Amino acid sequence: MGLKVVVDMNVCQDHGQCVFAAPEVFELDDNGRLVVMVEEPDESMRSAVEDAADVCPVQAITIEG
Amino acid sequence: MTSQRVVIAGAGLGGLRTAEALRAHGFEGEIVIFGDEAHAPYNRPPLSKEALYGEISHEKLAFRVRSTATDLTWRLNDPIAGSDLDAHTVTLASGEVVSYDALVAATGVSARRLPIPGPPATAAAGRHVIRTLDDAFALRASLTPGARVVVLGAGFIGCEVAATARQLGCEVHCVAIDSHPMIRPLGIELAAELQRRHEAQGVVFHLGVGLTAFEGDDRVTGVVLSDGTELAADVVVEALGSRCNVEWLDGHGLDLTDGVLTDNALRALRDGVALDGVAAVGDIARYPNPRFDQRPWRVEHWSIPTDTGRRAATVLNAYLSETDYADIVATEWDALPAFWSDQYEIRMQSYGMPGLADADGIRLLEGDLHGECVMGYHRGEDLVGVVGIGMLKVVNGYRHEVGTATWIRERATS
Repeated sequence: MGLKVVVDMNVCQDHGQCVFAAPEVFELDDNGRLVVMVEEPDESMRSAVEDAADVCPVQAITIEG
Repeated sequence: MTSQRVVIAGAGLGGLRTAEALRAHGFEGEIVIFGDEAHAPYNRPPLSKEALYGEISHEKLAFRVRSTATDLTWRLNDPIAGSDLDAHTVTLASGEVVSYDALVAATGVSARRLPIPGPPATAAAGRHVIRTLDDAFALRASLTPGARVVVLGAGFIGCEVAATARQLGCEVHCVAIDSHPMIRPLGIELAAELQRRHEAQGVVFHLGVGLTAFEGDDRVTGVVLSDGTELAADVVVEALGSRCNVEWLDGHGLDLTDGVLTDNALRALRDGVALDGVAAVGDIARYPNPRFDQRPWRVEHWSIPTDTGRRAATVLNAYLSETDYADIVATEWDALPAFWSDQYEIRMQSYGMPGLADADGIRLLEGDLHGECVMGYHRGEDLVGVVGIGMLKVVNGYRHEVGTATWIRERATS
């Protein structure tokens, strides 16, 4: 099983810190709401998405796989 | 080679992130983490907010641990009491002595108490602080509608708990020696606006005054202020800043006047000389950040334990594996501090160190001070910080513009 990024949108408050850590995976849309662009990123992105999960102030991001 | 051991003193965010980063670098030795609380590392910012609404358990606040760091040895409820930096050992409160190859000081801070006589400084006596989960649970039980709450201090925690207590229907008085709430990070314009918004929600401020006495014997019944005002209170919250937990490092020539003084590689300085294999991270690390200047700063923002933990792990792994150590130490590290705060509908997000701004260096960059806005904080020509009220995506756009200091640019071209 590959890498999978899960964001609990009931917890997410759109701080956008994950966007700085992994801009290929996360984005704030025009309304400032968080969007996961790539839900199953390549293994080469592991470090970046782990960093993104670390810096989420509300710990809404989990990494599976 | 025999297995190496890293001892991490402190089971908070900084300790956890350092351990995870050591594993990410491929360190295969033993990592032992000692903590004074019974809880595994958990997220503290909700303690002055959501956790007071009665919706939060340790399970909800506990940090996820990376799947590559499940083999850490957690020694919770097992605090370190002393150290011998020459013998490379720490001594636990239980008396046990544990040796290390590298040591990480991640013991964080404790809530400061006012040294004024009065009822016992305990939650049971109505005198609260907010630092740990148990503190928040104790306070939560007291924040009932109509309760008379006096908050001492108007920094981050004081303002957040005042907002939360108002939303829970308490009567809230906020007392601070400062002229405005959160004036040190925000500057006077934004701090005055924040005060106005709190007052519109019903918070009564007593600013520019100190506390002269607690009233009550077994239980606090009120406070007396330096201007003679007497306030009745069912609950007093002491949100007066912090005290660094560094006593266990006493006696070795470290500079512990304000946390642990380190170099830019986060190595503790002993009589001015960096100690290999001894790092400080998180709230207690006082280090120079060349993004701003050469002065060492200690910064208690949520971003710091993660940033310092990664830096310390990089340096320690290089030291322990004897790989590129000199180069890694010499590579300057300039992580950008960040903070946020939620009060009522106000969402505040900051990057940099706005408190370093010149008195006349604070300017509105975007929006409307009375609505949503971004303020810029300048020292000379340098943008040293930004603070946004709302406008999250806009303030995030300024993140990359904060720093770099003029002296860096001048050094690069000289």
